[in-house]
Amino acid sequence: MTWFTIIIAGIITYFMRMTMVALVDRNLLGERVIAVLAYVPSAVFPAIIFPGIFINDYGTFIEMNDPKIFGAIVAILVGYFSRNVIATIISGLFSYWIIIFLL
Amino acid sequence: MLSKKQIFNKGILAVAPHMFSVIPFGIVCGAIGIELGFSPVLVYAMSIIIFGGASQIVFLQLLSGGASALIAVTSVGVINSRHLLYGAVLSEYLEKLSFVKKLLISYLVVDQGFAESNKFFQKNRNETHLHYHLLGSGGTLWVCWQISTLAGIILGSFVPEELGLKFAVPLTFIAIVVQDIKKLDHVIVMITCGLSSLLFFDAPFKSYIIISPIIALFVAALVLRLKK
Repeated sequence: MTWFTIIIAGIITYFMRMTMVALVDRNLLGERVIAVLAYVPSAVFPAIIFPGIFINDYGTFIEMNDPKIFGAIVAILVGYFSRNVIATIISGLFSYWIIIFLL
Repeated sequence: MLSKKQIFNKGILAVAPHMFSVIPFGIVCGAIGIELGFSPVLVYAMSIIIFGGASQIVFLQLLSGGASALIAVTSVGVINSRHLLYGAVLSEYLEKLSFVKKLLISYLVVDQGFAESNKFFQKNRNETHLHYHLLGSGGTLWVCWQISTLAGIILGSFVPEELGLKFAVPLTFIAIVVQDIKKLDHVIVMITCGLSSLLFFDAPFKSYIIISPIIALFVAALVLRLKK
């Protein structure tokens, strides 16, 4: 039963990936829609970033002095000035670890 | 004009740095599946059949918590519905591919690959073999996802929970959008999305992950109108 459920979930996920690429003719989208689509990364990724920082594993809001907030601020600053993905991830993780393990 | 191989390699290089987040997250994903009591083969098969990090964890958590199959499947569908937006953006660059190639390449579209290949596409519209970038980025993510979830399944409880490796996920996406904080219109859209995601976090089926982008895109449309 679990296997069947996984396969259905996989098929649905594949359709989400494939529909707009293979089945929908781009000319159906108006010019205005296409202009708005340029904002997709900025409109989607914060929905992964914000909960990943501000909400803990139990689905509740973290305290304002949580080390994740500090780690995220460090990552934003390092990322902005270095333009380097590795530096962004590593600086965020390490500053988070320094607070939880050393302080 | 770049060759197919050059563009493919650029795709690999573009997502390679994100492995610092993808690999820890893949390990966590595999480990959680085992911890929740599912068989190793089943946990691993999800990485091939679904191939979507967060949705795999949610799926197993729901089933192990006693939720019905219908709820688990619906949640996976809702979480992964953001790929409709990625597809809509990418379709412009993949238009010329044959139908079969479109069907095949779609399987490889995931968050980081979409983000990095889309950046490349915007700057290199006139290249002929653009889709090789997506093959390089998506293929790399696929291989690393398979290896790291397998590692997590094998390592299981050896992965210390205190490390908080899941925190690598928001960090990798910060790296993707951080250069856009220079642009006021993008900042408005990002903050709208972020705040909406916190506001709607408890909405059923994890739907905050598609509700907040839709709200943010409406705000983007408003911003575009004001700019004119």
